[in-house]
Amino acid sequence: MNLDQALQTFLIESRELLQAMEEALLNLESEPDDKEAIGAVFRAAHTIKGSAGLFGLEPIVAFTHVAENVLDKVRNGAVAVDGDLIALLLSAGDHIRDLVEQVAAQGGEPDAATLANGEALLQKLRAFLGARPEIDPVAPAAMPVAREAPLQSSGGGVVESDTWHISLRFGHNVLKNGMDPLSFIRYLATLGEIASVVTLVDAMPPAEQMDPECCYLGFELDFRSTADKATIEGVFEFVRDDCSLRILPPHSRIEAYIQLINDLPEDKVRLGDILVNSGVVTQKELDEMVMCQALRESAGESAPAGEGSPPVQPLGEILVREGVVQKELVDAALGKQKQARESKAQESRYIRVHADKLDDLINLVGELVIASASASLLSQRSRDMMLHEATSTMSRLVEEIRDGALQLRMVQIGETFNRFHRVVRDVSKDLGKEIGLEIGGAETELDKSVVEKIGDPLMHLVRNSMDHGIESAELRQRRGKPAKGTVRLNACHESGSIVIEVADDGGGLNRDKLLAKAIERGLVGPNQNLTDQEVYALIFEAGFSTAEAVTNISGRGVGMDVVRRNIEALRGMIEIDSEQGIGTTIRIRLPLTLAIIDGFLLGVGSASYVVPLDMVMECIQLSAAERQETRARNYINLRGTVLPFIRLREHFREQGKSGRRENIVVVQYAGQKAGLVVDELMGEFQTVIKPLGKLFGNLKGVSGSTILGSGEVALILDVPALIQRAVNLESRAITQLTG
Amino acid sequence: MISHEVDNGIYRVKVDGEMTIYQALEYKQALLECLGHCTEMEIDLSGVSEMDTTGFQLLVLAKREAARSGRPLRLVKHSPATLEVMDLFHMAAYFGDPVVMPG
Repeated sequence: MNLDQALQTFLIESRELLQAMEEALLNLESEPDDKEAIGAVFRAAHTIKGSAGLFGLEPIVAFTHVAENVLDKVRNGAVAVDGDLIALLLSAGDHIRDLVEQVAAQGGEPDAATLANGEALLQKLRAFLGARPEIDPVAPAAMPVAREAPLQSSGGGVVESDTWHISLRFGHNVLKNGMDPLSFIRYLATLGEIASVVTLVDAMPPAEQMDPECCYLGFELDFRSTADKATIEGVFEFVRDDCSLRILPPHSRIEAYIQLINDLPEDKVRLGDILVNSGVVTQKELDEMVMCQALRESAGESAPAGEGSPPVQPLGEILVREGVVQKELVDAALGKQKQARESKAQESRYIRVHADKLDDLINLVGELVIASASASLLSQRSRDMMLHEATSTMSRLVEEIRDGALQLRMVQIGETFNRFHRVVRDVSKDLGKEIGLEIGGAETELDKSVVEKIGDPLMHLVRNSMDHGIESAELRQRRGKPAKGTVRLNACHESGSIVIEVADDGGGLNRDKLLAKAIERGLVGPNQNLTDQEVYALIFEAGFSTAEAVTNISGRGVGMDVVRRNIEALRGMIEIDSEQGIGTTIRIRLPLTLAIIDGFLLGVGSASYVVPLDMVMECIQLSAAERQETRARNYINLRGTVLPFIRLREHFREQGKSGRRENIVVVQYAGQKAGLVVDELMGEFQTVIKPLGKLFGNLKGVSGSTILGSGEVALILDVPALIQRAVNLESRAITQLTG
Repeated sequence: MISHEVDNGIYRVKVDGEMTIYQALEYKQALLECLGHCTEMEIDLSGVSEMDTTGFQLLVLAKREAARSGRPLRLVKHSPATLEVMDLFHMAAYFGDPVVMPG
């Protein structure tokens, strides 16, 4: 296996595990007794440690090992879960993440700051440890209760644990032959992770007969690894003739363990306890083994060591037949097992695909769309009915492929939202305010490339809401609000775009203060009339400190202008709603995808333009009378409302001959409407968005280009910018008239 | 090298250097001899630079024999080499001695 590739997988898995760990920890904060969550945190740390060991990433192993020991204590109930512990474990998780990024991703040593941080955390963690954690091999009474949670037994059949079980009895001459069991265990540890070791010294004879140069040791090992059986056997290659070795793969049948216990020289009860203590079988599974054996014996079917035959009937049936357990119980147990298997099957239905491959696929689909447009154009010209039919079928299929391919890249926004639980928790602790996070519309999907880019802006907005938006508890109570503030993240789809809301129930923005500040700074003229929206939007201006202007709480200046720039770079829009004393809602609107859209093709003179179909509301033909009427002004009366419009011919200085007819395409974005006056309506068109070069970065009104079936280039119109322009022009004209 | 001093029936045994198959015969005799005479025994492992399975087995033997005759046996001041073996075999609990974690 390619090591680089494996390392990448490790990185991805570690990040996911750390995320799961964080979520489970946050869960624990509200429900400290949640055994599942404790188990999840433990497993995450455990797995990371194991995989890091595989790659020889010592700093990660060393730190995670201590964290894991603490978690083990938590799992056993030896350490109680409280706020401090969770805070510590969260920081430990952060530290592991730092280590993973620095050591695994960049391949270097952790930097000084990280090391110092790690040392401080280790000290705190060790405080919980006290003595070394131990598994007592001869005290079955101390079976930890918590262990039952992660390893729930599921009745008869196979054991639940995912470890290999290795039984090893060394021959007496091993040491004299120059081989040492120690080195085999050391070597084994490089192939995976040794989950537990029980060293058996029972074979050692009385002192007088004990030869100090002979080996009397036996081992029961539980081993977690992806290696196959041959590889594991290979570890013991050199002592093959000189030891007895039994390897049970993960999820072996209970029967196999019974066989194992029978085969081994030690006391059967003792062995059973060892198996339970090391976690490879649960107490319940052991009980079943004992029962099964008892049954066999009672049936006169002796099971001497070494020749236990596999049972003819499933264990469950035997139990029922003998009246040991009720049928319902067995059914329930079997049902549970089936459920577990099904959920596992569901997991394996996902495959991990490199994002680059998906991007390539989508690029190809884009080319396919263009090619099929060209084919269907040619077929239309040829007037061959059969050909025409064939191409139209193909177009429909291409459309489906396009949607399917884009769908592949769609991810739910919930994952991004969930990350904010931690942010809200930490920031609210820092600020000394009690703030909760509510999430809505987590299942709303959007393009992965968009999701990746909105994390930072959202982070700014959430922090800002918590810092400047939500008031102190006293103030809130004085205002008759609950002391606990709420930040709400919400997402929904709206006409081809996704709307993400960051809302708080804080003090809201103070319009007058904002305006005064803006005038003072010269951003707004003293006599300028601004709508509420426009005033609120001022907080997105560069260098506009919201802290002083709005809430008097001095806080770090959060670069809201950066937020706006980031959103605009995604062809998105940001708007703000606020009511003083009630709260503020910031709404981000983003296009669903950045690759292919359904477009509406327009003709102006000899050029073609595309607007996203989702934004088109209706098309109206302008009659000759109306054309006359609207010559001097830039709005029409659309069923009683004023509709400002832009003549694209003028806007783009189109030279070609004017058409005999003119149409108005009514487009809508973010609640505002405007008309675009064009010559020709050419209908729907699958549009593959090709970004414009850097040179055109500042071009207003055009957001990209696309290639038509004929090979011509059409510009994609930036509808939000055009609407803004139409509305501005119109209001300016009106102000001039009235003023 | 194995040495011991006696303090009121308490044997303080100290092992220095290697504790491997090369010393196993000698150390077995020495340990059993001390066990035979003592009321209590303490084995100082701070000087152990290397330990293999034979060394480990001797400690197990000593522990078992001591327990059989009802004499307390303590392992103290584990050196890193000793700790590594205890850790690999997961036997710290068997001996039940407080182990000081290094740094």
